[in-house]
Amino acid sequence: MNQIVFTFITHSRDYMLEEWMNLMKENADERLINVVSNEMFVQTSAEFIDMIISNTRRNNEEFASKLSDFAEKVVRLGWPLSFIIEGLHKFTLVVINGMVMKEQVTKDNQMEIIYDLDKWTSPMKQEIISIYTQTWERTVSLQKMALQELSAPLIPVIEGITIMPLIGTIDTERAKQIMENLLTGVVKQRSEVVLIDITGVPVVDTMVAHHIIQAAEAVRLVGAKCMICGIRPEIAQTIVSLGINLNEIVTKNSLKKGIDAALDWTNRKITKVEE
Amino acid sequence: MEFQSCVKIINEWDIVAARQLGRNVAKELGFGTVDQARITTAISELARNIYLYAGRGSVCIEKEYVNGKSGMKIIASDEGPGIQDIRKVMEDGYTTSGGLGAGLPGVRRLMDEFDIDSFPSKGTKVTAIKWIR
Ligand SMILES: Nc1ncnc2c1ncn2[C@@H]1O[C@H](COP(=O)(O)OP(=O)(O)OP(=O)(O)O)[C@@H](O)[C@H]1O
Ligand SMILES: [Mg+2]
Repeated sequence: MNQIVFTFITHSRDYMLEEWMNLMKENADERLINVVSNEMFVQTSAEFIDMIISNTRRNNEEFASKLSDFAEKVVRLGWPLSFIIEGLHKFTLVVINGMVMKEQVTKDNQMEIIYDLDKWTSPMKQEIISIYTQTWERTVSLQKMALQELSAPLIPVIEGITIMPLIGTIDTERAKQIMENLLTGVVKQRSEVVLIDITGVPVVDTMVAHHIIQAAEAVRLVGAKCMICGIRPEIAQTIVSLGINLNEIVTKNSLKKGIDAALDWTNRKITKVEE
Repeated sequence: MEFQSCVKIINEWDIVAARQLGRNVAKELGFGTVDQARITTAISELARNIYLYAGRGSVCIEKEYVNGKSGMKIIASDEGPGIQDIRKVMEDGYTTSGGLGAGLPGVRRLMDEFDIDSFPSKGTKVTAIKWIR
């Protein structure tokens, strides 16, 4: 890196930080600044500037680790990538303006300085984009995993009676998982009766209905009985309009009625203990 | 046109987005819970058909005001393979994908007005309206 540029950058931290924050605040979407407290904005901005400065020392490892910490932090703060890239661009402007003010930029060296800054910031930009995307991809895949874990639990209630509560939208992948968990679970828990509760499923269309019918059929094939509970009145009406035939499947409008029926099927009942 | 809002259907989750849009507009127009469920289910069927058979397309929602009646219109259109025999796909149980074959005839029963327009290799357009009672 050009010696004058290097000296300027490494010696003007406070000046650059101040100018940079002003520039960013001037142009930024207000919602963006307002989501974080001013203190947080100053602190994060300082980290950003320090991170850029540390990149002049040619210590790539240190820069990479600072950068990934930083990227994670701004993702958490909800600062968009465009804001950060804009920040890097504004940083270059701050440096050039500052050097012009100090009369360090002359007609002879101005192009060299601009090229130099560009050569220096380009790889940084690439790196920021790449780490930012990685962080996002990781967040998304972690959330996907979390969703998958939530997607189809099979809960033993009493010996022989198992419940699968379904909550949220059922897509193809989830439908597959429901089937898998049902079959392995029923065998492992030696269930006699399985209750699938769909109180939390917002829309029961033909695809969901089809999967439910197949699941019930599969449970029957492994030797257990299956019941669909929690069919809300409006869902019952749409199922009828769709012309879907659930006659082969036992249905109950609430989980409570389902459990009563399951106890009945397994020749048990709940009674109060006399004192 | 007073109001139109569209969702592009490209992947499976766009079906959920289309449904959400429909539910919000239906609520806004004052449809009751049963009609809201009918409308969202109809959108779900049409959007899934686009996703399954045409690969991509769009679902648009419009508010309708005719002769003092108000309602909601769903327009599901794609430039997919189209449908050869419309009479056939409107029969209960007809499916080319191993489904229940209940989607299109179901949508006709869920909604008040239903219209399907399709040209082989040009695409399909389904329009359906639900009026507020
Ligand atoms: N947008 C479309 N483009 C091309 N073909 C379509 C389209 N929509 C429906 N079809 C054809 O019409 C048939 C019937 O559709 P319908 O939605 O009634 O049943 P399905 O999708 O097969 O099963 P499901 O009961 O799960 O909806 C489909 O199998 C398909 O061949
Ligand atoms: Mg269908």
